Amino acid sequence: MRRAAPLALAALAVLAAALPWLLQALGLDFYLSLANRIVVAAIAATSLNLVLGYGGLVSFGHAAFVGLGAYATAILVSEGVTSGWAHLGATLLVAGVAALVIGAISLRTRGVYFIMITLAFAQMLFYLANSTKGYGGDEGLNIRARSVLGAGTFAVDLKNPVVCYETALVVLALVLAAVARFVPSRFGRAVLAIRDDDVRAEALGFPTYRLKLVLFVVAGMLGGVAGALAVNQQGYVSPNVLHWTQSGTFMVMVILGGVASVWGGVIGAAVLLLLQEVLGAWTEYWAFWTGWVLLAVVLFARRGLAGLLSAR
Amino acid sequence: MLVLEQALNGLQFGLMLFLLAAGLTLVFGVMDMINLAHGSLYMVGAFVAAWIAGRTGSFALGVAGGVVLTGLFGVVLEAGLLRTLYARDHLSQVLATFALILILNDGVKFVFGTDLPLSAPAAFEGPVELLPGLSYPSYRLLILGVGIVLAVLLWLLVQKTRLGALVRAGASNRTMATAMGVDIPKLFTIVFGIGAALCAVAGAFLGPLLAVQVGMGENILILAFVVIVIGGIGSIRGALVGAILVGCVDTLGRTALQHAFRAFLPPQWASAAGPAVASIAVYVFMAVVLAFRPQGLFPARG
Repeated sequence: MRRAAPLALAALAVLAAALPWLLQALGLDFYLSLANRIVVAAIAATSLNLVLGYGGLVSFGHAAFVGLGAYATAILVSEGVTSGWAHLGATLLVAGVAALVIGAISLRTRGVYFIMITLAFAQMLFYLANSTKGYGGDEGLNIRARSVLGAGTFAVDLKNPVVCYETALVVLALVLAAVARFVPSRFGRAVLAIRDDDVRAEALGFPTYRLKLVLFVVAGMLGGVAGALAVNQQGYVSPNVLHWTQSGTFMVMVILGGVASVWGGVIGAAVLLLLQEVLGAWTEYWAFWTGWVLLAVVLFARRGLAGLLSAR
Repeated sequence: MLVLEQALNGLQFGLMLFLLAAGLTLVFGVMDMINLAHGSLYMVGAFVAAWIAGRTGSFALGVAGGVVLTGLFGVVLEAGLLRTLYARDHLSQVLATFALILILNDGVKFVFGTDLPLSAPAAFEGPVELLPGLSYPSYRLLILGVGIVLAVLLWLLVQKTRLGALVRAGASNRTMATAMGVDIPKLFTIVFGIGAALCAVAGAFLGPLLAVQVGMGENILILAFVVIVIGGIGSIRGALVGAILVGCVDTLGRTALQHAFRAFLPPQWASAAGPAVASIAVYVFMAVVLAFRPQGLFPARG
């Protein structure tokens, strides 16, 4: 599999990039929005995998950062700011600062308490979003315009679904490339050492707390970018993006796809959303059957779907 | 007077939270198992109770049926699935019990529909005058009574019976308890069944106040987790204290903060910010407790 990888990867990238036109040729344009949702969820899940998989930190509040990115973008758009770079800057700033504060406090705890405290912070933001009267409150916020990158003839307007999809795809590719480089890097190896035995890592002289915090902040910022892209795709944001079940869904994607695997988040997001789509077309009770599939994965595929693939 | 009424409401909500948290804290503390599906048992209990009450016209029969059937369901669930998850890591437990939420939400929707009506028994419809000038809904008093009785019974069960001694032994040191000959798996099937039955009590009694609908377990589950983290994971006493504290912070926060905000904010802002800040207050409270007592108020393991 190692040898074939670059070729397969190139083929996958071309296929993914050409998807909008393929769908159009087949008369299936409708599925572009599904593809877009998968790409955005894959970015969010991959960013969570950094913390959850590589860092071994079970963060139950990743929806907080995704939601903050979504709200930062939606609020700027509704205030008349359409510059995509401004949206990106605001998203990175808001999600990054939030991750810095939440991480600085949460990383002092461990185990179950870390799970609960990250969850608690996400819940606070959920209720905060519910009370944003000026920006939709619990009903959510519709935006008419979208992020526009650049200006003039070369302006990239994410209002066009194909442009939005391709932009998200580029971001996903960048994120995956960054994660693939991160794993064998000094930083990556230090993070793995901390995950496997943080007392030993500390004894070896690694600033464990600071490294974990950096990882947490980077993951939060990437999660925020996923949220900003999600708003562009849907044109809508509501407090539900911050609900704990959303954090749970991202976790499920990571665990389903493969913890601490570069492609884990992508596989998990794709499988879960495709499962919803396929089962949803067939029965009203798609969640019921999705649940059984997830249970089967827990009981029979202990390292997630990516683990199944690489075991061959 | 209003404060007193709200304090009673807080106590009543706290006691119901305690019924949820009691089972959750034992499973979490003794088996080190994260059970996200605990809220689903609360939902199942409420639906079964509402269905039976609707069929028979008797609230009491509904509660009894809901408690017995949900307890049995808990036993089957534990022995059939959850037991295999105890030895797995937290991530597998999260995935499996999240899957259970999906299955149970849709399963309940398939069997009962998305919601069922459940009203308080006719005998407890009107208010009661507690003190001159303070009338209080009699149904809420009933909940208060039920909650106190069950809390006392549970305390007796844990502190005074052989079963309770075994549970406490398991909670403080599972390996040692096993070495002393305690059949921990069997013990835990029983404990889980009791926990499920207590969920059904809370679901049935809160049903007329909060509505019996699919997804009702999701928000209260998180509150129950907050309760056991504040109280100390694995401690029944901690769950009781934590539940009453959370119930009071939530309920009093809702009204007291609303009043405070009204004093210096425009009314539309006050009515929006009040509930949000009260909901947030519970989590801030948890963060503060953890900052000073990282193991919770009553750590089960010394």
